[in-house]
Amino acid sequence: SKQTMLSSSRAALVAAAAKLPRLVTRYGYCTTAAGERQQQKPLSPKITTHPTRNDRAKDPRWKDIDMTRAVDEADVVIVGGGPAGLSAACRLAQLNAEKGTEMRIVVLEKASSVGAHIMSGACLDPKGLVELFPDWQERGAPLHTPVTGDKFYMLTEKRAIPLPLLPGMPMHNHGNYIVRLGNVVAWLGEQAESLGVEVYPGVAAAEVLYTEDGSAVKGVATNDVGIAKDGSPKDSFERGMEFHCKQLIIAEGTHGHLAKHLINRYDLRAGREPQTYGIGFKELWELSEDRWRPGYVEHGVGWPLDSGTYGGYFIYHLNEGSPLAAVGFVVGLDYSNPYLSPFREFQQFKHHPHVAAALTGGKRIGYGARALNEGGVQSLPKLTFPGGCLVGCTAGMINVPKVKGTHNAMKSGSLAAEAVHEAIGSGEIEPATYEEALRNSWVYKELHSVRNIRPSFHLLNGRLGMFGGMAYTGAVWYFTRGREPWTFSHGGTDHEKLLPAKDCKPKDYPKPDNVLSFDLLSSVALTSTNHDHDQPPHLTLYDDSVPGQVNLSVYDGPEQRFCPAGVYEYVELDDGSKRLQINAQNCIHCKTCDIKDPTQNINWVTPQGGEGPAYNGM
Amino acid sequence: YIHIINKADMAASKGLKILVGCKRVIDYAVKVRVKPDRSGVVTEGVKHSMNPFDEIAVEEAVRMKEKKLAGEAVAISVGPPQSQETLRTALAMGIDRAIHVEIPLAQLEKLQPIHVSKLLAKVCESEKPDLVILGKQAIDDDCNQTGQMLAALLDWPQATFASKIEPSQDSKQLRVTREVDGGLETIDVSVPAVVTSDLRLNEPRYATLPNIMKAKKKPLAKMSPDQLGVDLQPRQEVISVEDPPVRKAGAKVESVEDLVGKLREKGLVK
Repeated sequence: SKQTMLSSSRAALVAAAAKLPRLVTRYGYCTTAAGERQQQKPLSPKITTHPTRNDRAKDPRWKDIDMTRAVDEADVVIVGGGPAGLSAACRLAQLNAEKGTEMRIVVLEKASSVGAHIMSGACLDPKGLVELFPDWQERGAPLHTPVTGDKFYMLTEKRAIPLPLLPGMPMHNHGNYIVRLGNVVAWLGEQAESLGVEVYPGVAAAEVLYTEDGSAVKGVATNDVGIAKDGSPKDSFERGMEFHCKQLIIAEGTHGHLAKHLINRYDLRAGREPQTYGIGFKELWELSEDRWRPGYVEHGVGWPLDSGTYGGYFIYHLNEGSPLAAVGFVVGLDYSNPYLSPFREFQQFKHHPHVAAALTGGKRIGYGARALNEGGVQSLPKLTFPGGCLVGCTAGMINVPKVKGTHNAMKSGSLAAEAVHEAIGSGEIEPATYEEALRNSWVYKELHSVRNIRPSFHLLNGRLGMFGGMAYTGAVWYFTRGREPWTFSHGGTDHEKLLPAKDCKPKDYPKPDNVLSFDLLSSVALTSTNHDHDQPPHLTLYDDSVPGQVNLSVYDGPEQRFCPAGVYEYVELDDGSKRLQINAQNCIHCKTCDIKDPTQNINWVTPQGGEGPAYNGM
Repeated sequence: YIHIINKADMAASKGLKILVGCKRVIDYAVKVRVKPDRSGVVTEGVKHSMNPFDEIAVEEAVRMKEKKLAGEAVAISVGPPQSQETLRTALAMGIDRAIHVEIPLAQLEKLQPIHVSKLLAKVCESEKPDLVILGKQAIDDDCNQTGQMLAALLDWPQATFASKIEPSQDSKQLRVTREVDGGLETIDVSVPAVVTSDLRLNEPRYATLPNIMKAKKKPLAKMSPDQLGVDLQPRQEVISVEDPPVRKAGAKVESVEDLVGKLREKGLVK
């Protein structure tokens, strides 16, 4: 029910708002002493017109529309054509060939082509790939840049202090490859197709389907098309289709929307910590040839982030024929100041003399952003449910100090494939052996060993910040390698950590110079993102009145700042009041808003398939 | 080349045979980048899709089939191997079969409307369509030439910038409404004819997954320019491709006097 989906903090805020004197808001709602909303005549059109929040069965505009869906059957449906999903697909196909079984495997990918929604650094640990395809080199996997040099810096406002990188430290990258992950994923897609997997890009899985009694998952439905912005059917309306399958593998990446729904429905986080996140930005730069150092990997922390805000940067120099480098920045989403803008921190970072030295004379040719999971083992949900399982970042397997998760994602995909294959063979509804296999694998060993590093950032109530984290890594972890008998907690969800605006100071960011730093809109243009403008915004709100009542008045509208694509804007109306405007067309599918909204009122759902960013080898 | 069809009532006949041209171009939402050597724009790894005006042409052909004005719709694309994906989209929208004229990579960048129209003309000789619908122009080169050149090569009537296609009053011709500078012009055109589609002709349907899966079984034939006997020798040479000049910042003035003063400064006002 709607009430259970709201977090306790949001419910508390709504109850608090109810204690205020009667307010007439933009939407004509009054809060009564009992906290219930009474709708008066709406003063402005609704924001959320999406069918997931407006039941079409009760909508007279849909009276004569045929809502039946075509149904197709497959043995396994995989939602998400990324490293985890495609590894699962390939492994399943390999198992079928080995064991002489036959299965119809279908991968549904919402991007217009496989790899177009992939956003990553990336410095790839080839472990996961080698296990899946030992002959990856002959097969032409685009791993062209072995790491040749590795450095770690602590940035202050003017200086870059090198810190020692000893072998065994998570940041040590010998044996790894700098890749354009989007291209690796496109290659994985080709491998899957050559193994007989059906891969359908441009198709978004929009809804999970359940058995008659509602206990088990029986498949997914793809998105409907042709719904107008006001929620009415257009001439081009067509219903999505259903895939009924024996096993459903969810591989949507960090904070997937079907994963969110399934985690809630099956209470997969019971007894475990909630997931915590970061937002990662990445730009692709064509460097000046004399500053290009192919194979060089640099990581760092510090300026401009204050010591209370978790985050860091990376610079990876590719070696694929032209002087390209990936420049990236991560900000932990457990930050507390609603005036903080992760995007502007990133832009400011490039002005540091040490970083500017590398980028001067270069040209920015790409930009993108995506949320990353930072919770590690503490935040892993239960991985299986009746009818399927979660793989990769959607469950949350990034090794945070190593800043790597692709190898874990690929391994988890392979392990899930083995469990799914077994479950189908034996007729089991839940692929229960997957979770145990993961716990016994190198994925879990690795994640377990680094489990205390990220939360050590909060030691002594966060007063030491980044220094605390680094001190812990150097003084404790380097010797114990995770064998210490305690496990730190993350201390709650990211969205609960946001403080009211009145308790925080606004931040003064420098204007972009359009040489090293840039404004938001020209950055979004580089993602080539697009959505059909005439469709209901896919950034849905559980309650249209909350942005004005709570987000803006208490937190000064932090969504204006944490969205890396300028989707959320508070526009001033003629009477001086402000209204939330959702520019859904700009969305780059990063999921940060769904994660960081203090009232958890934003629910990201998939737009029509084929839409969103068109990243080129990001 | 002249092809005379039975002038009987169009509604009673088997329906027109339509040939629809579609071109694979860089997707309209992509931020295009000029190559560092200024020889063209970056295309590798960049999202491509069917030219939007060609989508409208495909949609019109499918609608004419649904209205029983047309009996068969064939899509054709002149381009690299990836043009097959574009043709599959057309098939998924309702086209019956497709023809791919594959152009080797070396000749692709130098391909011009004159070559494409000659290739299409040759295909028309064997396919004998009653109507050729093309997009009015491609969004990568904005040439707006192929339809007109094709009509000239075939010596067929042309109705360009169509915003509406319907049978004429006596049902023996096509009545096409054209978008022209002065407004709308309506003409009657005898078939066979070449029509090029403009934006307001229709709103294309989505190619949905069940149709994409069905389209895999529809026939897609391959041809080469050599088979068609067309010479792809370029007639033009691109010397350089450059970014448009960066727009200089404007200045705001506080009053009319300031404005007049500035205009005087620039010598635009005495």
